[in-house]
Amino acid sequence: MINVVKSELRKLRRPSLFLGTMGAVVFFSALFSALLFLLIDSEQGNSDRGRTVGREVLGLATGGVQGFSSTGGFLGIIALCVFAAQTAQEYTYGTLRNLLIRQPSRMKILVGKLISMKIFALVMILLSVITSLATSFILAPGAKVSTDLWFTSTGIEAIVTSFINVTISVIGFGIVGMVLGLLLRSPISAISFGVLWLLIVENLLIAVKSSLQNWLPGAQLTAITSGGTPDITYSHALTVGGIYVGIGALAASILFLRRDVAN
Amino acid sequence: MTNTAISVQDLSKKYDDRLAVSHINFEVPLGTVCGFVGPNGSGKTTTMRMLLGLITPTTGQGQILGEPIEHPEKYLSRVGAMIEGPAFYPALSGQENLMVLAKLGGFPIERVQILLEKVGLGDRGKSKYKTYSLGMKQRLGIAAALLPEPKLLMLDEPTNGLDPEGIQEVRALLRDLANDGTTVFVSSHLLSELEIISDHIVMLRKGEVVFAGPIGDLMAQQQPTIIAKSLDHADLVKILDIAVKAGHHAVIRNDSVHILAAMDWAPQLNKAAFAAGITLAQLAPQLPNLEETFFEMTGDK
Repeated sequence: MINVVKSELRKLRRPSLFLGTMGAVVFFSALFSALLFLLIDSEQGNSDRGRTVGREVLGLATGGVQGFSSTGGFLGIIALCVFAAQTAQEYTYGTLRNLLIRQPSRMKILVGKLISMKIFALVMILLSVITSLATSFILAPGAKVSTDLWFTSTGIEAIVTSFINVTISVIGFGIVGMVLGLLLRSPISAISFGVLWLLIVENLLIAVKSSLQNWLPGAQLTAITSGGTPDITYSHALTVGGIYVGIGALAASILFLRRDVAN
Repeated sequence: MTNTAISVQDLSKKYDDRLAVSHINFEVPLGTVCGFVGPNGSGKTTTMRMLLGLITPTTGQGQILGEPIEHPEKYLSRVGAMIEGPAFYPALSGQENLMVLAKLGGFPIERVQILLEKVGLGDRGKSKYKTYSLGMKQRLGIAAALLPEPKLLMLDEPTNGLDPEGIQEVRALLRDLANDGTTVFVSSHLLSELEIISDHIVMLRKGEVVFAGPIGDLMAQQQPTIIAKSLDHADLVKILDIAVKAGHHAVIRNDSVHILAAMDWAPQLNKAAFAAGITLAQLAPQLPNLEETFFEMTGDK
């Protein structure tokens, strides 16, 4: 298993993928956090979907991680793309046969891949939380937001909780990407399907029937990042999101273990 | 201790209604070079995939290095393979690609550079795979197959894209490996190459084995050909008549008459031609080569 993880990490650390992804994470984490403070007095709002997060909210112990929480959904989309591409590329390049000749246990290949991609996702989330906190801390005085409570014990607890929630959500999105990669066996198809579903189809469905937001997978995983929303409770999001991810992972694993490798 | 590297019994693979491989049986002795030949679509790659545990047979059994093919984990650490051409990550260098596989298989990383040198890529190991020529990709595929210091090496068309010098190098490499005790199971369309290096041949046609055994036995089964040429081109038809009247199959090809007959019939042909006033310019008994045998055995029934 360790050998599989080491082997997979060697692929994940290639500069074009690692530096490219981490660069995007730093840029967007800084951007999302900066907008919270730079647009604090804007009438169009300073958060996602035109919401306004005021000085009093940002000045709370949880204020430091507001930017990081709103980056969570974006990190999830990145994870979905990376997990999907890393899984499906083995089919398009024909490299799966090499892997299975060197490690015939398909379960070890699958679990090793998942562990290595989780490590990649963790690095991504750590970088995001550090960037987001630093950006927020630098810009807060200019926006007349107090940071006194951010690093108290309650503030640290909020950072840890937010980190855990974003991690759960990002890993969930990543597993969805991996499942799509295994099912569709093409990076382009898997990423297109996943991103279109999460960004367009789900939003359209929710616009038509708002109660659907309680049952669609993307909405649950996004709700987890912020510890629940006014419409979706945290426990509901965890349960429904977990069921989607669990069933998808089980079905894709069975398919991977049994399917002939004929390309 | 078994003395066969590969043994299959009644092995089949069915896709929908089509039998890609149909109830094949053959054995490959340890330490030999075995050519695996057949037209495109005859089932060679499907057979290799079944032997490597990549696809599940519909019927039959097989053993690799004495272990059943249902348990590839028991033998794959001693097997090197390149199936359906080289397959690597384009964004990684040749060296990194080999390191991915070395890590995965738990092989010493030091072997990577040794193998790159061995296949002539020592100075290009750090170049990205996507910049490699077809021949270089093929060499990298062979290097990957050699990572485990294999007891059995299975190569599917290893000389594809190689220049004549590269083909000669691969031929020498395979022979050296066999001399060191490695069994080499190799498919190729370059039958003249296989004829030079192979001890055994397994020949497939439409998913069925048409011959499996020592290459010498295959050649001995073939009827020799007598090739006759005359000084006067118009006499070729007369020679053809003589052969046909004597009960032999004969055709005119490349300004000569090719007659399927035993070698000891050649003096009789010479005598008959002289009696008919024909002066023969050439009368040469010839055993068919592997290519001719291949077409003879795998041509449409």
